[in-house]
Amino acid sequence: MRVVLAEDLFLLRDGMIRLLEAYGFEIAAAVGDGPALVEALVTERPDVAVVDVRMPPTFTDEGLRAVLEARQVVPGLPVLVLSQYVEQLYASELLADGAGAIGYLLKDRVFDSDSFVDAVRRVAGGGTVMDPEVISKLLARGARKEPLGALTDREREVLSLMAEGRSNAAIAERLVVTERAIAKHTSNIFMKLGLPESSDDNRRVLAVLAYLKA
Amino acid sequence: MTNTNKRLSAVLEGGFWFFVMLVPMLLGYVALALVAGLAGIGLGLLLLPPTAAYLRWLADMRRRKVLAWRGIEIPRPYRPEPEFAGGFSGYWEKVKFHGLDPAFWRDGAWLVTDPVVGAFLAVLPMALVAEGLYGMVISALWTLFVDHGFNDWFGFVHVHRGNEGLRWAPAALGVLEIALGFAIAPKMLEWHARWSRVLLAPTPAQVEARMKHLTQTRADAVDTQAAELRRIERDLHDGAQARLVAMGMHLNAASQLLERDPAAAQKLLTEARDSSAKALSELRDLVRGIHPPVLADRGLVDAVRAVALDSPLDVQVHAEVPGRLDAPLESAAYFAVSEVLTNVAKHAHATHVWIDMRVAGGLLKISVSDDGIGGADMARGSGLRGIERRLATFDGILALSSPLGGPTVVTMELPCVSSSPKTSSSSGTA
Repeated sequence: MRVVLAEDLFLLRDGMIRLLEAYGFEIAAAVGDGPALVEALVTERPDVAVVDVRMPPTFTDEGLRAVLEARQVVPGLPVLVLSQYVEQLYASELLADGAGAIGYLLKDRVFDSDSFVDAVRRVAGGGTVMDPEVISKLLARGARKEPLGALTDREREVLSLMAEGRSNAAIAERLVVTERAIAKHTSNIFMKLGLPESSDDNRRVLAVLAYLKA
Repeated sequence: MTNTNKRLSAVLEGGFWFFVMLVPMLLGYVALALVAGLAGIGLGLLLLPPTAAYLRWLADMRRRKVLAWRGIEIPRPYRPEPEFAGGFSGYWEKVKFHGLDPAFWRDGAWLVTDPVVGAFLAVLPMALVAEGLYGMVISALWTLFVDHGFNDWFGFVHVHRGNEGLRWAPAALGVLEIALGFAIAPKMLEWHARWSRVLLAPTPAQVEARMKHLTQTRADAVDTQAAELRRIERDLHDGAQARLVAMGMHLNAASQLLERDPAAAQKLLTEARDSSAKALSELRDLVRGIHPPVLADRGLVDAVRAVALDSPLDVQVHAEVPGRLDAPLESAAYFAVSEVLTNVAKHAHATHVWIDMRVAGGLLKISVSDDGIGGADMARGSGLRGIERRLATFDGILALSSPLGGPTVVTMELPCVSSSPKTSSSSGTA
């Protein structure tokens, strides 16, 4: 699997390259600033990109803007965005095109290499992976806002696991119920959020988006 | 510019003040007389706001020209004008605002006295030059004048038939007058500028009040900053620093247990990793409290939008803010809004909040309204006082309207200069 890596700190970039190579990824390009990232994404068309938000030249949200720009040229290009902090605002912007294949994780999740690599693979496969910190903030905020108020507690729980990028099977295992039960919950969620019939993957992204926007 | 040119332009400036500004100043005089004369039947009061605006225009013109031509700065003494409601009551508020502003009456006093004092100072050099030229004309056309029965005095020279011996005296006198006019012009025009400053600049009392305000807000700003630094030090000491110490101890213990009891060592390593994750998360929160990342990345509007997303309430943000504002101002406005929002969530029992931010007339105006129970009181330590004090450092103000039963509206205004002309206008729901 070919990866484009964007990280301006040399030590971290080096560490990430070693980590990804150890798990059998091929590094197509490793860049250190926003313009170079757009260039690499558009020309290399990797299977997945791992991108740091804050990079030169402005050291603000370069990486994020580069990803949004590249995905306008290459719709649905799978990208996992890493950051020292997570913001719901940025999460909604990443998901706004509804194409999925987006991950948004805290940088320190890299420490847990197994689940980090798992997240990279899920994003490459078109899934959506949101950091548990984003999810927990959403849960802490309560369910006062529409349209999530219509969901039951159990459905909200399923939706939050969906936002972390888990499949129905994984959610069933986590909640110790059958996969059939989870499938019923997800279709209820789609119905209550008023999401039209379409591929299951796409509706999962839209559900997460509705969740973030609530 | 040569010395002669400087003197010539000073002479011409006097001409500008007298000939060009005479009619506009006269109109102002008439308007002022109408206000005073018709005040008895109320009509005069209605004419007060337009008159005040017109006097301001005249005075501002004087301030601008005096700065451009004489390099003397005259600060404006006017109080910032609030936004008045429509209809008659709003207009009446406007009448009161201008009528009670001492700067309006000082403008009026300037207008009444300037034709006497100001005109004398400004016009004297030009009058001398003009009369000097007239003297030269008399000498040159002496025969023509006296043949037509001209009979007048030019200075000490009696210009009439039979006084040919003194024919060239008016020209000589004229040269002297022109020289004198040119000589005194710069000084006179400088005095004219200084005279303008007497009534058009803020009074010493106003300056003193301003200094008091600055001293007070500077002291507040220093206190606030010191308190912030103490808080950061405490947070680091109790948080990240303590976690790092724990991490070091766990790692140390793990390395000792590595051979004897690998299972226990593994457990300690996991704990060390957890400590590092917690330290990171605490550092993140700390950074957010000092300077939120979205504020640094995107500026005020998106930062407020991010806070709105994090709020447990349904917050709608509407913003018309051009480009980026000065960083300290952005930061002050951001923390004020997020603190108001926290207040609303804690005390107001509200479900909906509307935040409106706009830049207009050099002011950043922010209003935060909620549909809660109202009854908020600045006097009863609701945190609003603290926000007000911190805004004061930026010459900002905070106003609260919160009748029992709601709704509550907090309005904040900060003078601002936008650092880029680009306009971004947008609204969104959180």
